[in-house]
Amino acid sequence: MPDSEALHASHRLEYPYSRSVGPVIGAFLTGLRDGRLLGVKGSNGSVIVPPTEYDPTTGDDTGDMVDVGPGGVVESWAWVSHPLPKHPLTTPFAWALVRLDGADTALLHAVDSGGPDELATGDRVTVRFRPAAERIGAMADIEAFVPEGGAA
Amino acid sequence: MSAAASAAGRTNRPVSVASFAQAHNVRRDDEHNEVEMLMPVVAEVFGAIGITKDDVDFICSGSSDYLIGGPFSFVTALDAVGVWPPKPESHVEMDGAWALYEAWVLLQEGEIDAALVYCFGRSSPGNLNEILALQLDPYYVAPLWPDPVSLAALQARALIDAGKATEEDFAAIASRSRRDALSNPNAQVANDTPAQTLLEDEYVVSPLRRHALPPITDGVAAIVLAAGDKARRWSKSPAWITGFDHRIETHSLGARDLTSSSSTAMAAQRAGLSDGPVDIAEIHAPFAHQEIILVEALGLDDTVAINPSGGALAANPIMSAGLIRIGEAASRISSGQARRAVAHATSGPCLQQNLVCVLEGE
Amino acid sequence: MADPTTTEDLGPVTTLATPIRLDFEFTPGVAQSRFLRGLEQGKFMGQRCPTCGKVYVPSRGSCPTDGVPTTEDVALANVGTVTTYCVVNVPFAGQSIEIPYICAQVLLDGANISFMGLIQEIPADQIRMGMRVEAVWVEPDQLTPSLESVRYFRPNGEPDADYETYKEYL
Ligand SMILES: [Zn+2]
Repeated sequence: MPDSEALHASHRLEYPYSRSVGPVIGAFLTGLRDGRLLGVKGSNGSVIVPPTEYDPTTGDDTGDMVDVGPGGVVESWAWVSHPLPKHPLTTPFAWALVRLDGADTALLHAVDSGGPDELATGDRVTVRFRPAAERIGAMADIEAFVPEGGAA
Repeated sequence: MSAAASAAGRTNRPVSVASFAQAHNVRRDDEHNEVEMLMPVVAEVFGAIGITKDDVDFICSGSSDYLIGGPFSFVTALDAVGVWPPKPESHVEMDGAWALYEAWVLLQEGEIDAALVYCFGRSSPGNLNEILALQLDPYYVAPLWPDPVSLAALQARALIDAGKATEEDFAAIASRSRRDALSNPNAQVANDTPAQTLLEDEYVVSPLRRHALPPITDGVAAIVLAAGDKARRWSKSPAWITGFDHRIETHSLGARDLTSSSSTAMAAQRAGLSDGPVDIAEIHAPFAHQEIILVEALGLDDTVAINPSGGALAANPIMSAGLIRIGEAASRISSGQARRAVAHATSGPCLQQNLVCVLEGE
Repeated sequence: MADPTTTEDLGPVTTLATPIRLDFEFTPGVAQSRFLRGLEQGKFMGQRCPTCGKVYVPSRGSCPTDGVPTTEDVALANVGTVTTYCVVNVPFAGQSIEIPYICAQVLLDGANISFMGLIQEIPADQIRMGMRVEAVWVEPDQLTPSLESVRYFRPNGEPDADYETYKEYL
């Protein structure tokens, strides 16, 4: 029985999911559409960004929404020389955990810094939104973060 | 902490790994379906101790349908065992190590005396970079499609920035793992390459070079768990599980300290790891730098042999690599190479969820 | 919780579209490939269990009762028995057959497991359990290793099968 007997076929799965976002994620996404960055007050007064309905550390309900950013600090980063097809940018970029001004947790997004030598942990970056007409209330409303002072 | 709580994670009823089998791990098995991959391994795990499916009271499996893009593949996979007359059966959409945990809990409760646990992970049919993004927060993170290598690289950078490791350390771990894998007949990647040479690799996602990544692997594995008398009857040298626990951290990457693993440390504490020394540790660290974090969290010193099988850097079948760590540790106890061992499994991005299993010989 | 005011008149965001598209390279495995290659030749190929002797069509490579490999290939008849059926009256997107139509479990002669098939060339209200049917294949030059090679089953005119012959397969 030759094993090469097995057939092969390509196969595509598509899931057209649409999710209800609830009050807290909904407020954050509405903020993005409006060009604002919002966090939420955690149970010990810390500010969680991106905001959740519960404090990720204690599980308690979170409180008021507060404005954060638009600048922040790079807590860690990883340089992508060859972006994958679904990545947020088509040119080389850094994934980064960005702790926005006024926040106690970090947000994952792309940093468009030009090159790996232009970025270091601790660097300040600022948000670059898409044009208002293109924003829909999703993470992609943030095109990327860029070095503060505008290197790239 | 109450007495009851502190005892959780420790064994009350003696239960052992009576048998372990795994397939030869390969980059791509494109000839067999899951049933055909599993059948020989299930036959081997029973055959090695002279039992049949009729001798186990419970079956639990671990797998993820997303990997092959086939719904309910875990149901059809049962055809590899042949469940007639019907048996109590369960499945976790996780690594087989968590399926083993479920079976162990039932054994602790005295509900059953023996269980078959198996898992299958076919990483090759789809695109892991995209499939693994689907385990992330669906609102804030998955829509950006960060791939697992990029997320691991964020963790590696944090470790370097914290002064806990260097790229040379990552290369040394990769070099040692794949050299050790030369003595593992089931390893997928085994070679003797000095760390200095590995450091010439290109970055995949900086600061991770090619060698610090796990291979993409198709593989399956199975374990028979048995309590007390059955374990002794079936196996000349059973590997007894003395402690077993798993813990999870928040999925929110930016709310975690990526340079340490509090969930691993807590699981180890509850499983009684520090009750005595261990000879070997089989650690599920898919990316080289994660071994450094896990060794620290497990509190292992340099007398412990880390990943003598080569670990996940030698073969990383998704959904199976964790169970294989437990099997490899048990095998070394049964063969007399180790008296006490710890096995670890991980799940989720950047070591989000961690399981610790402590094993001992007679 | 403060309600952030929107600068535009769009109202708050309440849903998020998260479409997923994944591509796979699938293999049905050795045993099912044999079944599919049989279809390409206009015949049904099954496999026999060496332990219990049952013939599965298609086989996934194992006997689901005994958990052992099915190794012996068995060519099956083109005719079989309707063990049970339903009449589909519900239209759905992408439907290619006119409703009402009959969807039946067909037990091929020589097989020990039934599989689903479309029944045509008979009014929907005349289908019955035990009816004898035959496969109608596409033109020889249209055969592929796919169930699309079988257009449908139709009554072959034989007397109905005795209930005793198929009651085990309901
Ligand atoms: Zn059989």
